[in-house]
Amino acid sequence: MLQRRPRSISSRTVVLSVLFGALAIVVALISLSVGTTKLPVADVVEVLLGGGRRGTRLVVLELRLPRVATGLLVGIAFAVSGALLQTLSRNALASPDIVGVNSGASAGAVAVIVLAGTGGGNISGLAAEVGIPLAAVLGGLLATLIVGALSIQRGVVDAGRVVLIGVGVAAAANSLVAWLLVIGDVNDAGRAAAWLAGSLNARAWSDAAPVLLAVLLLVPVAMMFNRDLSALVLGDDVASSLGVRVARIRLALLVIATVLAAMATAGAGPIAFVALVAPQVAQRLTRMERPPLLTTAMLGALFVVLADLLARNGLQWLQVGPYELPVGVVTAAAGAPYLLHLIGRQQKGR
Amino acid sequence: MHVENITLGYGADAPVVTGLTLEVPAGQLTAVVGPNGSGKSTLLRGMSRLLTPHSGQVLLDGKDIHKLPARELARKLGVLPQGPVTPEGITAAELVSRGRHPHRGLFGRLTSDDDTAIDEALAAVELTELRERPVDQLSGGQRQRVWIAMVLAQGTQHLLLDEPTTYLDLAHAVDVMNVVHAATASGRTVVAVLHDLTLAAQYADHLVVMAEGRIAAEGRPVDVLTEKLLGEVFGLQATVVEVRGAPVVVPDRRLAG
Repeated sequence: MLQRRPRSISSRTVVLSVLFGALAIVVALISLSVGTTKLPVADVVEVLLGGGRRGTRLVVLELRLPRVATGLLVGIAFAVSGALLQTLSRNALASPDIVGVNSGASAGAVAVIVLAGTGGGNISGLAAEVGIPLAAVLGGLLATLIVGALSIQRGVVDAGRVVLIGVGVAAAANSLVAWLLVIGDVNDAGRAAAWLAGSLNARAWSDAAPVLLAVLLLVPVAMMFNRDLSALVLGDDVASSLGVRVARIRLALLVIATVLAAMATAGAGPIAFVALVAPQVAQRLTRMERPPLLTTAMLGALFVVLADLLARNGLQWLQVGPYELPVGVVTAAAGAPYLLHLIGRQQKGR
Repeated sequence: MHVENITLGYGADAPVVTGLTLEVPAGQLTAVVGPNGSGKSTLLRGMSRLLTPHSGQVLLDGKDIHKLPARELARKLGVLPQGPVTPEGITAAELVSRGRHPHRGLFGRLTSDDDTAIDEALAAVELTELRERPVDQLSGGQRQRVWIAMVLAQGTQHLLLDEPTTYLDLAHAVDVMNVVHAATASGRTVVAVLHDLTLAAQYADHLVVMAEGRIAAEGRPVDVLTEKLLGEVFGLQATVVEVRGAPVVVPDRRLAG
């Protein structure tokens, strides 16, 4: 009996994407309603739809929404970046937070914070709005370039080397960051240090704008390469025989992945493990042979807003005190065990 | 398909294939054999676009393959390289469907043409029943047939296969060769690099023997595969007997030097 090919593989992907997207929105709404002033979710929705009282509008639109929007966007950017790098290198460990892209971007951004800082712990204007994202992208691209160049053996990128060299480049970039923090003014360095943990504290619309731009421009472009990625996972030779211009597409996707991670880093600091975990979990749940981009993006957004909600309110809910944690601390606590699990799996596979 | 005075190599190293010319008989199975390092696989890579020749050209229907757009070439020429990557968990049908890549647009689902090509390819390799199985759970021979089905689904007139029977035991290798030979019965032109001389001689319509980057001999297997040639090219003393019209190599010993 001839069995028809089930369409469930792709519909599974769609269902999970919608589910994670919806959950991310629900968590975002909850996040908008809690804080010093508690607001009913209904009021938050009313404001978002254009109504509400002035005071409520101020709290939601100016104080809380920039933070939540930045969280959603950096979640998407980190997750898609991770999915692309993992697919291109055929290595689950090759995400921008492991292979030095985030560290390179951090070094660039911290250099601007420290070197262009006024000493008041605050930089503003052009240096902040254009300088930090630009320096982060340059730092990230430089890290990618170094890792890529050193990972090439006999003309092909060696998946195992990418991770080892990436970890080395990350360490080098991190030591550069440490040096910048030492030479910098104490207030600037303090601001940089808080940012480095991956924080969504006191985000303004100017923080969200670069990430928004990157996500709106680059994620759809990455999606257009979806089918080429499906061919690339079969090996470069097979992909090439199927008509994929492998070198060109690899380069384009590498740049897209790097810019996404660097912009996200500029927006919220190098939030750890989102780029590593979201693609892998999405891949497992959709049972695909590579991380599905849309599902990964939605899961990344959910991961970050949920982690931020816990980071902001978790200690209060536990009655430990009024302290807020940087979101990166929560994602790291959730992601680190997963990294160990992945390393264990790869060791076993050898 | 015609290879004209092609010279192939890797980077600045000495060329592996030098000044080779080959007319591939249309609609037949051409087997390329030769000792290790004789340039068989390099020739096959040069006949696809996996390796750009230093000089010379490969003509497909009279056109230089390096001047065709990548997708157009992929609709005419299918290649199964050595050691393709089988992603964990991918099903046979999914893998075969990837062969439709050059026929598909940016978005959208598989068309009924695609479905037909996938069904036919799976039927050709006799794996219709196992289509929903993950490829990494299949036997080596079945896995290789899935890969061949992927190239068949590509629907190309020309096929290049690099050692499709390597690592397979004889029964599975025979399965694979039957599939490959059946492809020529449907009018396709197939070039396969093979290791096993007897297997190559059994199935090939045209046999190309390579040595040191050149063609040492070519023609019908029964004419080409002689005891003299085995001595000269492979350094092997052997007895060649004819079974069912094809030569069978019975190795004796390695010749000194």
